[in-house]
Amino acid sequence: MSQQTITLTVNNQVYERTVEPRLLLSDFLRHELGLTGTHVGCEHGVCGACTILFDGAAVRSCLMLAVQTNGHELMTVEGLAPGPDKLHPLQQAFHEAHALQCGFCTPGFLMTLLPFLQENPHPTEAEIREAISGNLCRCTGYQHILEAVQRVSEQ
Amino acid sequence: MKPAPFVYLAPSTLTEALALLHQHGDEAKILAGGQSLIPVMNFRLAQPSHLIDLNLLHGLDFIRAEVDGLHIGAMTRQRTVERSPLVAALAPLVHETMPFIAHSQIRNRGTFGGSIAHADPAAELPAVALALNARLRLQKQGSERWLAAAEFFTGLFATDLSPDEMLTEVLIPPTPPGMVTAFMEFARRHGDYALVGVAAALTFTPDHTCREARLVYLSVGEIPTLAVQASAMLVGEKLTDELIATAAHAAASEEIEPSGDIHATAAYKRHLAQVLTRRVLQKVRERVGD
Repeated sequence: MSQQTITLTVNNQVYERTVEPRLLLSDFLRHELGLTGTHVGCEHGVCGACTILFDGAAVRSCLMLAVQTNGHELMTVEGLAPGPDKLHPLQQAFHEAHALQCGFCTPGFLMTLLPFLQENPHPTEAEIREAISGNLCRCTGYQHILEAVQRVSEQ
Repeated sequence: MKPAPFVYLAPSTLTEALALLHQHGDEAKILAGGQSLIPVMNFRLAQPSHLIDLNLLHGLDFIRAEVDGLHIGAMTRQRTVERSPLVAALAPLVHETMPFIAHSQIRNRGTFGGSIAHADPAAELPAVALALNARLRLQKQGSERWLAAAEFFTGLFATDLSPDEMLTEVLIPPTPPGMVTAFMEFARRHGDYALVGVAAALTFTPDHTCREARLVYLSVGEIPTLAVQASAMLVGEKLTDELIATAAHAAASEEIEPSGDIHATAAYKRHLAQVLTRRVLQKVRERVGD
């Protein structure tokens, strides 16, 4: 298969790679760039674990091809924390509200919630529930995730 | 690697895209938002030899109000349609329905035309297109035709599109005076495929008599289904509780053919269709201001 060279920005860092067109963006991030914070669950767009930001909008990275990111700007969960010893306020709220147990779904929740809260910093409970409806969590029962979002929106 | 190998083609103009489609036809799949195609490719249920990616093509991403109605380019993202004030003003049924389509992450990529061309019987937009008598612009190399939504859907995931044709634009006719619309669906969780959904588009005279009615169901057969008899029952009448109940019963018991699945039996879907029809017509009545 003919390979394609792509240039993209992930977490403010520019990467150039040569990939097969059939390589999924989720696998590209993990295997080619080593950004394993993006988790891969169902690989057909249902679980939301692989959610990243594509030009600022939350998307499923398992439903895009790596070649489609040429010239675009991405953000993964690795780009969230301001420094090695500091958490993003959203991450801090998850930590404080016990909004994660096994943590597998957490990157997807964080990347879904980031643009949501930027647009709607003080959401209602119903709006939060709708915002996270596209992400599955099998540990928490969602209640603590809801509380984490409320916590950060009250700041 | 999940998908099987394919030749990736990313045309930058419509002319180029149609030429590629003409050349590869049956062997090729068009990649719009990819929110339905990529999953089936990941499962290898679809293994196109050529993938024609329309995402580098800019001419099909538009929402325009013209004399003959609202024109929506096939590659317009569902999220863009959802947030368009023009759509909210000129096609309130579309506006009301958009949030029911999957989740925001899906709507950020999924396209308006892609959902219609994919013709999933559980999808919202085909039913809405049918309820609003939308017209679809189908283009191929060297020619084009406009087709009514009613003639577009031919079967399960099947449309009147020939292998070298592409849906490029959707025209929603101007809302006639007195038209009131509503959409409802029932899903196990918000954003899941609906077990049953109904789009209602009714037109009323100034004294609130129904002049025209279209009740269209999703997830109750192989294609979006217009309940002809139930819709006709409403015409010439005012929406009373009794009439609503009669029409809902007629639609659910005689005009839809739901099949049972792991989540719901056919009988339960019929029950849901009846309840939803009643509710959607009650909502229409509230909006009429009765």
